[in-house]
Amino acid sequence: MLEAILVMSLGAVVLGAALGYAAVKFRVEGDPLVEKIDAILPQTQCGQCSYPGCKPYATAIARGEAEINQCPPGGEEGIRKLADLLGREFKPLSAEHGVEKPKAVAVIDEQTCIGCTLCIQACPVDAIVGAAKQMHTIIADQCTGCELCLPPCPVDCITMEVLHETVDTWKWKYPVFPLHPAQVQS
Amino acid sequence: MIRQPQQQLFRFNGGVTPEYHKDQSTRVPIGVPPAPTELVIPLHQSIGGTPRPIVSVGERVLCGQRIGEADGDVSAAVHASTSGTVVAIEMRQLPHPSGLSSLCVVLQADGHNDWIACSAFDYEQATAQEIRDYLRDSGVVGLGGAVFPSHLKLNAGHQIGIDTLIINGAECEPYITCDDMLMRERATEIVRGVALMRRVLNAKAVCIGIEDNKPQAIAAMQTAVSESKEDFAVTTVPTRYPAGGAKQLIRVITGIEVPHGRRSVEYGVQCFNVATALAIYQAIALGRPLISRIVTVAGNVSNARNFEVLIGTLMKDIVALCDPLADTDRVIMGGPMMGVELASQDVPVVKATNCILLGSQKIFPPAPPEMPCIRCGECAIACPADLQPLELYWFARAKLFGKAQEYHLFDCIECGCCSYVCPSNIPLVDYYRFAKSEIWAREKEKALADEARERFEFRQFRDEREEHEKVARLAARAAAAAEAKAQSAADLAAASAGGDSGGDDATKALIAAALERARQQGGEIAPKNTGHVSAEQLAEIAQIESRRAEIREQAKPQLPPDS
Amino acid sequence: MLRVLAALTPGIAAYAWFFGPGVLIQLGLASLTALLAEALMLKLRDRPIWRSVGDGSALVTAWLIALSFPSTGPWWLVVVATLAAILVAKHLYGGLGQNPFNPAMVGFALMIVAYPLMMSRWPGAGAAMDIGQAGALIFGSHSVDTVTMATPLDTLRTAMHGVETKLSVETFLQSRPDLHAAWKWIAAGYLAGGLWLLQQRIISWHMPTAFLVTLIALAGVSSAIDPSAFNGPLFELISGGAMLAAFFIVTDPVSGCTTPRGKLIFATGVALITWIIRHFGGYPDGIAFAVLLMNVAAPLIDMYTQPKVFGLKDDQGSRHD
Repeated sequence: MLEAILVMSLGAVVLGAALGYAAVKFRVEGDPLVEKIDAILPQTQCGQCSYPGCKPYATAIARGEAEINQCPPGGEEGIRKLADLLGREFKPLSAEHGVEKPKAVAVIDEQTCIGCTLCIQACPVDAIVGAAKQMHTIIADQCTGCELCLPPCPVDCITMEVLHETVDTWKWKYPVFPLHPAQVQS
Repeated sequence: MIRQPQQQLFRFNGGVTPEYHKDQSTRVPIGVPPAPTELVIPLHQSIGGTPRPIVSVGERVLCGQRIGEADGDVSAAVHASTSGTVVAIEMRQLPHPSGLSSLCVVLQADGHNDWIACSAFDYEQATAQEIRDYLRDSGVVGLGGAVFPSHLKLNAGHQIGIDTLIINGAECEPYITCDDMLMRERATEIVRGVALMRRVLNAKAVCIGIEDNKPQAIAAMQTAVSESKEDFAVTTVPTRYPAGGAKQLIRVITGIEVPHGRRSVEYGVQCFNVATALAIYQAIALGRPLISRIVTVAGNVSNARNFEVLIGTLMKDIVALCDPLADTDRVIMGGPMMGVELASQDVPVVKATNCILLGSQKIFPPAPPEMPCIRCGECAIACPADLQPLELYWFARAKLFGKAQEYHLFDCIECGCCSYVCPSNIPLVDYYRFAKSEIWAREKEKALADEARERFEFRQFRDEREEHEKVARLAARAAAAAEAKAQSAADLAAASAGGDSGGDDATKALIAAALERARQQGGEIAPKNTGHVSAEQLAEIAQIESRRAEIREQAKPQLPPDS
Repeated sequence: MLRVLAALTPGIAAYAWFFGPGVLIQLGLASLTALLAEALMLKLRDRPIWRSVGDGSALVTAWLIALSFPSTGPWWLVVVATLAAILVAKHLYGGLGQNPFNPAMVGFALMIVAYPLMMSRWPGAGAAMDIGQAGALIFGSHSVDTVTMATPLDTLRTAMHGVETKLSVETFLQSRPDLHAAWKWIAAGYLAGGLWLLQQRIISWHMPTAFLVTLIALAGVSSAIDPSAFNGPLFELISGGAMLAAFFIVTDPVSGCTTPRGKLIFATGVALITWIIRHFGGYPDGIAFAVLLMNVAAPLIDMYTQPKVFGLKDDQGSRHD
C-alpha cells in the first residue's frame, strides 16, 4: 500500500518536473494561436466584429471572449476555417455584425471631393492619398473594402464598387457533373 | 536530296497516341480569307502585362501600326492588322474559357491595307537591349499556343551563347495542322528566321524537330535547309503525344529534362515554335510586326483547311468559310486534348489561336458518366511529367491544395493524357486546372491580406508614435512654460526694455524672407501666352490696360491703402 | 472488371473438375449476395444503381470470396463473408475506390477468425461429387462430412505440430498424389488467367512477380536449411491461395500501392507476412491477414515511393536506341 502510494507520488513528481521543465525550455514567445487566427481573418480591418481591427478580434477569439462568427468579410468560409482550427462548432454568420458582401473597393468621386482629409484619417490601411484642400483618391489595390471611409465623408462622395471577375481573376470551377437518377435498364 | 544522318534520340515517359485526324485539313493550301470589315483586337494577347492603348477613337491607323504599348518588360505590343479607323476601345468578349471581356481596340477596315513604312532591323549592330525592345514592340510572341513574349527568350543567351536551339515543328495535338502547312509552304522563310535567331542567341547547334507523321513538312524543311547552306539538323521525332510540348521535345532531342520552375536556357537549350521563327524573320528582316497567324479550322466542318488570319478577325467569319455542319454544338480553341471550349464564335482570333475546332455530339460524344477512381494507375503510366495524377486528383477533389503542391501539381502541363486514358472517365485535367487557379487566387489573396495587415500595423504604430510625440511635445511645452514663468519671475525685477525674446525675432525674419521670395517669384513668372502677339493684339492689350488703369484710379479711394 | 472475371474462369474450371460442382454453387451464392448487397447499399447511399452494379467490382469480390472458401462449406459462410465484404469493407468506407482494405480479404479474415473449423472443411479431391451431393453438403446438415478433408496446408500443419513431426513434405505429397495434382492444376488455371491479365495490361507485372519471387525465395532458402520444418517452393506456390493471391488479390488497385516501387514493396510484404503466418502463426493460411496488414501500410508506402517527377530524376540523359 505504502509502496504504491510512494511509487505514484514519485511518478507524479518526476512527470511534473519534466512538464515544468519543458514548459520553460520550449516556451513560445507570443501567442501562436492568435497568429493562426489572425492568418485566417481577411485583414479588412473593418471593425464590424466590434473589435478595432483583425488582430484584436483574433486575440479576443483566442481568449474565448468572442464568437467565431463575427467577421462578415471572412464569410462562411472564414468561419469554417476558424471552427476547424479551434475545434469549435460551425455557426452561421451573426446577423448583428453584418452580412457577407461581394468584395468591393471604395471609389472617390473626384468631382465632389472637397479635400477634407476625414477619409484619410479613417482608412485603417492608409489606402487613401491626398492632402488638405486637395482632391483625394483611393489606391484600389490596397483598399480592403472596409467601408470605414464612407461615414466620415461630409459630401458623400465615396461609393463602394463591387469588383467584378476579370480574365485575370477568373478561376476554373470545381468540376461538377450531374448525377443522373438511377435509370431502369430495359 | 541528301538525307541527313538521324541523330540519336531520347524518350520521355508516358504519352498517348490518339487518332490524329490531320489529313482533314492538309488537302488544300493555306487560304487567305476575304478582308474583314471590322477587327476586334484584344490588347491582352500574351503572357504578362496588358498593353496600354496608344491610339484614340476616331484615329486612322495603318496596317502594322502599334496600337497597344507593352506594359513593362514581360509584355508584348499589339498592332493594327490592317489600315482603317479606330471606332471604339471597349470591353469585348475574349476567346477565353471564361467568356469574359477585356479591353479591345475595334478597327473599321478601310480596305486599302496601307502599311506603315517597314524597314529591316539591323540586329547585328544593335545591343541586346535594343533587340529585346524591338521584338517586344513588334509583338512577337510564342505562336505554339503559350504566347510567351519571344524577346525574353531571345535575349537570354545573347552574351554567353547556348548549346542547342530547338525549333518545334512537332505539332503533336490531333486535328491541328497550322505548323505542318506553314513548314510545307514557307520553309525558306522559317529557315531564314531560324538563322536570325541562331545568330542572336549565339547557338552552337540548331535542331528542327518534326514528328514523323508529317513527311511533306520534313521534306520541305530539309530542302530549305540544304538550299540555305545552314547546318541545321532536321530531326524526325517519333509521333507520340505530347512530343510537341517544349519540355518533351527538349527531352527527345537533347536528353535534357528541364524541371518545373527552371528555364531551359539554364541547361543551354532554347525552344521556339516554327511559326515564331517566321514571325521573327518578318519582324527583323522585313520590319513587319506580328499581325496575322495561320489558323487551322477543323472538326465538324465539311471543308477543313488552314487560313492565314489577321489578328482580330472574328472566328465566326473564318468558320463560315469552311462550311460547318448543322449539328455543330461547340467551338474549341486549340486541339481536343488541351484546347478550351469557348462560349461563342463571336470572338476574335488572337495570337494564341492555333486552331478553331468545331465539335458535335458525333465526333466528340459526351463523356460517359464519371466513375470512382479505382487507383488503377493508368494515368501515372501515361503522364509525360512522371506525376501521380491519381494522387493529385484525390487531393484536388478534397481541396487539399497544400498536399497537391507537395505532389508537384504545378509540374502538370495539362496535356490531357491522364484524362484520355482514365478508364473511369474522370476529367482529371479539369480538377488540376481548378486546383491551380484556386491556389493562385489564394496566394494572391494572402499577399493582399498580408499587405493590409502590415499597413494596418504600421498605421497603428504611427498613430501611437504620434501620440507619444504629442504627449512629449505638450510636456516639453509645459515644462518650457513653467521654466519661462520661473525665468520671468526671476527676471521680473531685472526686466529691461528689450521686450521680445530673440526667437520671435528669428521667426519674423523668416516670414519676411518667405514673403520676399514669393514676391520675387511672382514678378518673375510671366504669362506664357504673350510670346507672339500681333500689332493689333498689342493695341488691344494697351486699350484694356488703360481701361483697367482708369478703373483702378476710380476704385482707389475705397480700397485699403495697403493693397 | 469483366476481364478479371474472365481470367478467373480457367482456375474455376479446374477447381470444379477436381473438387466437384460445389464451388459453382458457392460462386452463385456469393454473386447473388454481392449484387443484392451492392444494389441495396447504392440505393441507401442514393447513387446510380445500374451503372455501378454493372461495373462488376462486386462480382470480383464475390468470386474471390467463393474461391478462397471451402467449396463444401455451409451456404451461410460465403453469404455472411460477402455481406461483410460489400456492406462493411466496401460501402461503409465510401464505396468503390474508397475502401482502404481489400473487401474479399476482410470477408475471409472475418470468417476464419469466427469459424476456423468450418473454414477448413475442404472436400477431398477426386471424390466425384455430383451437384446434388454438393448441394446437400452446402445447404443440408453436415452428415456427409466424411468426404471432406483439410487442405494440404492444414494437413501438413496438423502433421508437423502433431505427434508425427517427422512426417516430411515429401512423404505427405507422396501419400496424397491426387490432391497434389488437383492443386497443381488449379494453380495452373489461375496462372494462365493471370498471365492473360498481364498481357491485357489490366495488371502490371510488379505485384505478381514480387509476390511469387519472394514466396519462392523464402520457401527455397528455408526448406534447404530445414526440409522437415519448411515447405519447398512448389508446395508453397500450389497450396492455399498463393496463385490466386498473386494475380487476383494483391493486385487489387484500390487498397494496394500505386507507385511502381510501392507495388514491389507491397507484394513483397504480403508474401513475407503470408509465409510467416503459414509457418509460425496459428492459422493455416495467412494471405488474408498479410493483405490486410499491407493495406494499412499502403498509403505510407505510396508516400515514400513517389516516383521522381520530370526533370528531377538523377538519370539525366539515359539513352535509348
